[in-house]
Amino acid sequence: MLSPAALLLTTFAFYPSIATLWASVFSRGTRRKPSKFIGGENYADLFSDPTFLLVVKNNLIYAAATIPVSIIIALSMALWANSKLPARGFIRTAYFTPTVLPMIAAANLWLFFYTPGFGVLDQIGSLFGFQSVNWLGQPETALWAVIIVTIWKEAGFFMIFYLAALQTIPPELKEASDIEGAGRWTYTRRIVLPLLMPTTLFIMVNAMINSVKLIDHLFILTKGGPSDASKLILYYIWEMAFAFFDAPHAAALTILVLAVLATVAAIQFLFIDRRTHYQ
Amino acid sequence: MTRFYGKIEAAGAILLALIWISPLVYAFWAAFHSTSDAVNFNLFSPWTLENFRVAWDGAPWIRYFLNTFMLVTVVLIGQFILTTLAGFSFAKLDFPGKDFVFILVLMQLFILPEVLIVENYAMVSRLGLFDSILGVGMPYMASAFGIFLMRQSFKSVPIELHEAAQVEGCGIFGILWKVYVPLARPTYIAYALVSVSTHWNNFLWPLIVTNSPDTRPLTVGLSIFAAPENGVDISIISAATIMSVAPLLVAFLLFQRHFVQAFLRAGIK
Repeated sequence: MLSPAALLLTTFAFYPSIATLWASVFSRGTRRKPSKFIGGENYADLFSDPTFLLVVKNNLIYAAATIPVSIIIALSMALWANSKLPARGFIRTAYFTPTVLPMIAAANLWLFFYTPGFGVLDQIGSLFGFQSVNWLGQPETALWAVIIVTIWKEAGFFMIFYLAALQTIPPELKEASDIEGAGRWTYTRRIVLPLLMPTTLFIMVNAMINSVKLIDHLFILTKGGPSDASKLILYYIWEMAFAFFDAPHAAALTILVLAVLATVAAIQFLFIDRRTHYQ
Repeated sequence: MTRFYGKIEAAGAILLALIWISPLVYAFWAAFHSTSDAVNFNLFSPWTLENFRVAWDGAPWIRYFLNTFMLVTVVLIGQFILTTLAGFSFAKLDFPGKDFVFILVLMQLFILPEVLIVENYAMVSRLGLFDSILGVGMPYMASAFGIFLMRQSFKSVPIELHEAAQVEGCGIFGILWKVYVPLARPTYIAYALVSVSTHWNNFLWPLIVTNSPDTRPLTVGLSIFAAPENGVDISIISAATIMSVAPLLVAFLLFQRHFVQAFLRAGIK
């Protein structure tokens, strides 16, 4: 009964991983020069490639910005969406809606905010007398413009997990802390947040994966530019393999990404173990 | 004092909500107005359907819709079959090396199909599935997430029901079909919602595997339509964007309660 799933997993996950590893130690074959074994040369090339180093740096900034910010926003959203605020239905819907949109569509929507001159941001800015800013066109801001779209897209999704966790907190805890005279802030900080820790870990791992995976909007917003300032790793892999047709280097890059993901996986498994002991 | 803070909080929550939907609301508004009105914020300018007409004529949208629809259907059916069988084996059957295989499966949560685009592309071409809907869908069918979800759900089914069905003379597939599958309905619904919205929105892999309007899903079609090289203007891109997200968005708004409940009930935590 397992075999159909095993077959497909082998075809599209395990075998390709091995094949990628294999391809990453061979040179690129041309008609005159067939590909041959070159060991770690592709990897060495990568580390001496300034674009690669820039892309890694970009992706680290991307991860370091999107992970904490979207988690904090998601947590506030969940606490608000779970409390007895007026217009709660509207608030919930508004927070969650970006999640159901394709990243491509999200990028189109944000394009009008960022367009210099007549984009929404510039128009708001000009009301206060600011200069027009080419958010996507200059290296200093392009990556941040991309980061904001990612946060906007994923925060509502993470909110759902927090909401789910919040609803499993027994109401007795709230009553008990009320009797003890604990304020709402104390209750949130001392009871709710610790109980949400496993969820936070889960979300963190998801956010990490997203910081590798969520690159669709680059295709619309910046195409990695200007001068690679907003290029992220997966986009670079795509570009290498399908625009420059340099499969060996793309394979080496893929292996590096897989190594990082495997590390994340290992850490997660350790934490999952801890959690099961905990429960 | 507390009431004062409460009001500030409510204002903050609503402000954040307004910021969060503003891109969508603006695009919606822009889609129904002429480009010059949209970029100049003429709030009282006349509404028009012209943008939709131009956008509609600009690309084979019906074909794209159909492709996306077929894609999510094929993926979902494949996932249901595969994850049900695999989830069941992990939950209720004993076989040597089960734990090891399960960890291998969970590895796929991290070996993202997105990262393996190069080799998966080669594989799909080798199987002769390049530029076909099946080729787009296949790498996602044996979803580790789905297998894990089904395993959790099947595990909670009491063994007495299983034994009762066995006593009644039910075979293993009969038990699976008549006992486990119906009891896991909420999980199936939750998983279906997650899967459909994921694959409706997926972009990078379909971009690579499809090469003609006959297979291209909406997201890829939209990106080609809205590419800056084509020089289409804001209002028309808005119209195309609104058009392509409308079905999923309307479904979400209608079934919002189910959607969120499904997430909550499936216990994805």
